[in-house]
Amino acid sequence: MDDLKVRIARIQLENVNFYYGSNHVLKNINLHIYENKVTAIIGPSGCGKSTLIRLLNRMNDLVPSSRVEGTILLDGKDINEPGVDVVDIRRRVGMVFQKPNPFPKSIYDNLAYGLRINGITDKNTTEEKVTESLKRAALWDEVKDRLHDSALRLSGGQQQRLCIARCLAVEPEVVLFDEPCASLDPISTKKIEELIQELEKYYTIIIVTHNMQQAARVSDYTAFMYLGELIEFGTTEKLFTVPRDKRTEDYITGKFG
Amino acid sequence: MLENTVQMATIFSRRNSLRSRIMQNVGFTLLFLSILITVIFLGSIIYFIGINGIGVMSWEFLTAAPRKAMTAGGVGPAIVGTFYLTIGAILFSLPLGLACAIYLSEYSPRSIAVNIIRLSINNLAGVPSVVFGLFGLFVFVDYFHFGVSILSGSLTLGILILPGIISSSQEAIIAIPQSLREASLALGATQWQTIRKTVLPAALPGILTGVILSIGRAAGETAPILFTAATFYSRGYPTSVFSETMVLPYHIYALMTEGTHPEKQTAIAYGCALTLLILVLLISALAIIIRQRQRNKML
Repeated sequence: MDDLKVRIARIQLENVNFYYGSNHVLKNINLHIYENKVTAIIGPSGCGKSTLIRLLNRMNDLVPSSRVEGTILLDGKDINEPGVDVVDIRRRVGMVFQKPNPFPKSIYDNLAYGLRINGITDKNTTEEKVTESLKRAALWDEVKDRLHDSALRLSGGQQQRLCIARCLAVEPEVVLFDEPCASLDPISTKKIEELIQELEKYYTIIIVTHNMQQAARVSDYTAFMYLGELIEFGTTEKLFTVPRDKRTEDYITGKFG
Repeated sequence: MLENTVQMATIFSRRNSLRSRIMQNVGFTLLFLSILITVIFLGSIIYFIGINGIGVMSWEFLTAAPRKAMTAGGVGPAIVGTFYLTIGAILFSLPLGLACAIYLSEYSPRSIAVNIIRLSINNLAGVPSVVFGLFGLFVFVDYFHFGVSILSGSLTLGILILPGIISSSQEAIIAIPQSLREASLALGATQWQTIRKTVLPAALPGILTGVILSIGRAAGETAPILFTAATFYSRGYPTSVFSETMVLPYHIYALMTEGTHPEKQTAIAYGCALTLLILVLLISALAIIIRQRQRNKML
């Protein structure tokens, strides 16, 4: 893992534990997420990978009777410290969900939503950012003539790219993808994967997936999780070719999962 | 042996599928009959009220005050009074009920106390309307000195429809998928921004459905306004929220139970009933139009 050390960690997890009621869901996680890289988190269902990334934008705050221990540093600052504004964390760490969840509003209003709640009301600025985000999410050409149509009329794949654009519009530093292709067809999946690789230039990206080929295709680093533990972390190439842990090997060779 | 089993299975499945098909047809027929009976009832209500009420309809009937001991003239003040009371009740109970629904569904902790509140609200919906009338008399008319007035009547009707508004709004809010709330929060919205800009617009059609049902209820109730707002006869239109007023449902009741010319009065009573139906339809139409606009915006 020597080749990893030179890069700056955008996100750093130190001894992170997460409890849901009396369930110990995440066990002593230590993980570095590198800047301008795609990190994939893989593992069988229920291993805690979604829970883990939902800690990074504090979406788990919404889960009643849950508890976090340890430190999660975003650019060196603990995001769970009492004085930290959760709204600010969520703006800096954007999230794209498993199922496309556009608002039942127009395409334009979906994009402008995040800008409005962040206090941007100027029409020109809004239009500029809407256009820019749609272009960056590779959706512009398909929707430029119908920005004021309802977002619900788009196809599933388009809706997911809209959700990505919506997330980009508020200019996040980190983008979390929680199984973004789970409900999409292969062609839409391919588009989203290409997009993720494109976005790497601008953002630090973390993608949760139970599709190992997807992880291998899009990511620079991969973390393998099993039963709430982080079993192995390394460059995607190494993890998939020379896994160090027996469990990683068994999982990536399809012995369980 | 095996062949035999396969044969038996085929026979069973055939018999089974025939049975299922018959059951399905019986089921559909019963469902269709239910809707038919309902439509017949609804249709005949409208038909009889229409046939009997249309005779007295005239511009004078809709605008003038009653004359000659209620055997001539019109019911204008009663129409206006019913309209004011209904709108007043909605203006009072919609903001209050919506706020309660938002609190109960989005903010309130899951505790025994909150469950008791929920249960009480549901029970409130089952209280007979005349009890609300007595409550209104005691609290609004006497205690707050609003007198027998449009204000007292609106507040009483407002409390009557409040549980319905709360529970229908709550249903509408709960039906909004959690994924939309998460989408908003993940963009850095506060909980309040999420409720105001995502949850409420999406829930609005459902909320308005509750309002539409409440409009009919508020416009048609007699008992709650009997002691709080209604007057048997007035020569002119109400002039302020502190005026007492004629109201259509009570006017119908009065026409049918008092007075000296039952045949003339019955005709007028049917006219009142028809007017009340149309009035409820018009106020509801307003809410339906708003609801449809919101739905179109979302699709």
